[in-house]
Amino acid sequence: MLKLDLDQALVSRARAAAKSITHGFNWLFDGYSSVSIERTVLRLMGIDGATEDGKPYPNLIVENLQNEHALGKGAAFWVANAMLAKDKDAQDIAELVAAGELELTALPAGDKAEIFELLNRLSDKALRYISCQREKREALFAKYGARRKPAIYVIVATGNIYEDAVQAKAAASEGADIIAVIRSTAQSLLDYVPYGATTVGFGGTYATQENFRIMREALDEVSEKEGRYISLTNYASGLCMPEIAVMGALERLDLMLNDAMYGILFRDINPKRTLLDQYFSRMINAFAGIEIQTGEDNYLTTSDAVEKAYTVTASQLLNESFALLSGVKPDKMGLGHAYEIDPEMENSFSYELAHALLTRALFPEAPVKYMPPTKYASGNIFKTHLMDAMFNFVGQLTGQGVQLLGMMTEAIHTPHLVDRSLAIENAKYLFTAVKDLGESLELAPDSFIQKRAISVLNEATQYLEKIAAEGLFSAMAKGDFAEIKRPENGGKGLDGVFKREADYYNPFMQNMKKELGI
Amino acid sequence: MSTIIKAYGDTLNDGKVQLSFALPAPADAFGKEAARILILSMGFEDAEITCMRELGEGFTHFIAYAVSQVGVDTSKIKVKVVETPVMDMEATEKYVEEYIGRQLTIVGACIESDAHTVGIDAIMNMKGYNHRYGLERYSCFNTINMGAQVPSEELLARAREEKADVILVSQVVTQKNIHIQNLTRLVELAEAEGLRDKMLFICGGPRISHELAIELGYDAGFGTGSYSTDVASYIAITLAQK
Repeated sequence: MLKLDLDQALVSRARAAAKSITHGFNWLFDGYSSVSIERTVLRLMGIDGATEDGKPYPNLIVENLQNEHALGKGAAFWVANAMLAKDKDAQDIAELVAAGELELTALPAGDKAEIFELLNRLSDKALRYISCQREKREALFAKYGARRKPAIYVIVATGNIYEDAVQAKAAASEGADIIAVIRSTAQSLLDYVPYGATTVGFGGTYATQENFRIMREALDEVSEKEGRYISLTNYASGLCMPEIAVMGALERLDLMLNDAMYGILFRDINPKRTLLDQYFSRMINAFAGIEIQTGEDNYLTTSDAVEKAYTVTASQLLNESFALLSGVKPDKMGLGHAYEIDPEMENSFSYELAHALLTRALFPEAPVKYMPPTKYASGNIFKTHLMDAMFNFVGQLTGQGVQLLGMMTEAIHTPHLVDRSLAIENAKYLFTAVKDLGESLELAPDSFIQKRAISVLNEATQYLEKIAAEGLFSAMAKGDFAEIKRPENGGKGLDGVFKREADYYNPFMQNMKKELGI
Repeated sequence: MSTIIKAYGDTLNDGKVQLSFALPAPADAFGKEAARILILSMGFEDAEITCMRELGEGFTHFIAYAVSQVGVDTSKIKVKVVETPVMDMEATEKYVEEYIGRQLTIVGACIESDAHTVGIDAIMNMKGYNHRYGLERYSCFNTINMGAQVPSEELLARAREEKADVILVSQVVTQKNIHIQNLTRLVELAEAEGLRDKMLFICGGPRISHELAIELGYDAGFGTGSYSTDVASYIAITLAQK
């Protein structure tokens, strides 16, 4: 059996360092909230829709409350108060506010017990709906059988959700297990979630609830036809992590990209905002049974994949530790890594194999997300196709959870129908050809691969211990991550972070925590 | 000797070409004939469909070989390429010191909707890419990398504020030619603000060529395979000549 022999004491040291880093944020998680968390609360109360000029109602209400300096109690309180005073549902209240016919803070505060009673009723209703979606997914997997391992993950990115649906169905019928709808690149920095279906997008479609619904419907249709449950994924990242997570939970997405630190490092979003938002968004994912996927591949696209391999391991451990705090179970943690070593380098394949085995050894239960070559993918589609085959070889040999298929046209354009089909053919060929090969192999003691993996784990452990001593925010400010400096009070979205007042109330967070046992 | 050349398979001027495309047609005799006729309509001869793969949802992938009698006259070809020689970092630093005698300010960004900093980072970041240090490391440059999704207005405002010598723009996302729209917008705004002639405008990205850059109103363009050394040498030599 092909596996590494790791010093478990070293593994425990690395985990302990990661834990001491992530457990230093209770002051933030318990003492603060963000505009995106409050908008998520409003969505869970049943508020949807947007004004004629495209401002979503949840944004409108949260902005109003922020202007009145009333957000410290949480948005839920004010809307519930208005619902009782006016005897209307949350959506009606939102529409009255949008029409300028109601000012939430102008109403006298009603009976607290009644408000809490109403909020808990709304919370039960929303959480029950999300639980139903989770049970439906579980029932469909039970009916059609478990997902293949590694699962075949492909993207669709036409910019038109209806065209995406056609391509997704074609991909599923060829063997894809997971469809990712690529998000319009500009969305991560929007501090709202656009409303409605996207038909003209650049570099993808927006993550909107309607787009999620359209795609889920298409995939349910093809799942039935293929007799295989086809999973759907999108991106709970950027300035609206929890809002997108809740839309995914309501529309039965099965996986969501959700990295604890990606927004800070690669999108220059404020560190406090990101950590708060990831905390609640992951809680929603955990409650909805959605598998999260993390973005470690990003560390390797600009830095050298051999030299910086330890940053991937360190980030995986931090992502794991943050995810546990939100109630995500190990079997729903799609921790990431990537096949990005320079193909001209001698023994590049042995290095890749060592790194892939290390991830599997550290996270045996995780449906690890393995990313394809992108940095050295070129206009030479024939060579890229060959690199993708080597990547698929490692994926099957080491039992990765999710194989994000490389496209031979990776460096040229968003995949054409044919590109995707050839990628699936490539993966199926390798997965079948080396299906049980790992069982017949083992690593020689003191072999290069064995030693390389241990050396990466050593570097990662030392790095985590250094950050633990320094503090995460301070380390980020100094540029210890991805060679980018991110000060605690810099970046986008800090003005959307606020301190909770003593009587702040978020019924959904409270009830989810209870059910998740955190 | 003739200056006309044709596609080459294994014999000079045999005109052999590989083709690969999809059609919204079934993978059967009908689809195959549709593909063959389509290839002939493109002006090819001897079309041979060597592979037909069903893609689902009514689409089929065809792989074909065909012959093209079309040739190209090499004596009439003109291409625009960046013509300045490429120097390494030390040579560029010396060159700037000798011929310009001051630090040059470069403001870089990935503009508008594009969130992919991989290009601008490869050229500008201290670390650089593939054993070539980025412009930040050059002692002769004062560099400001504004990162991703920078509105054109902000880039120009910063360039004006810093009295920039060079504006460096990256565009990675090219779907529906969004990169052309973004690059055009920047140059139009620069012209409107009277900045266009005050600094060098350079763009780069996987689908950008020097020729395209010139056509869009830029001074130079750098495509796939370009390194910081190419950009740095071009900047040093071009500004010295001004």
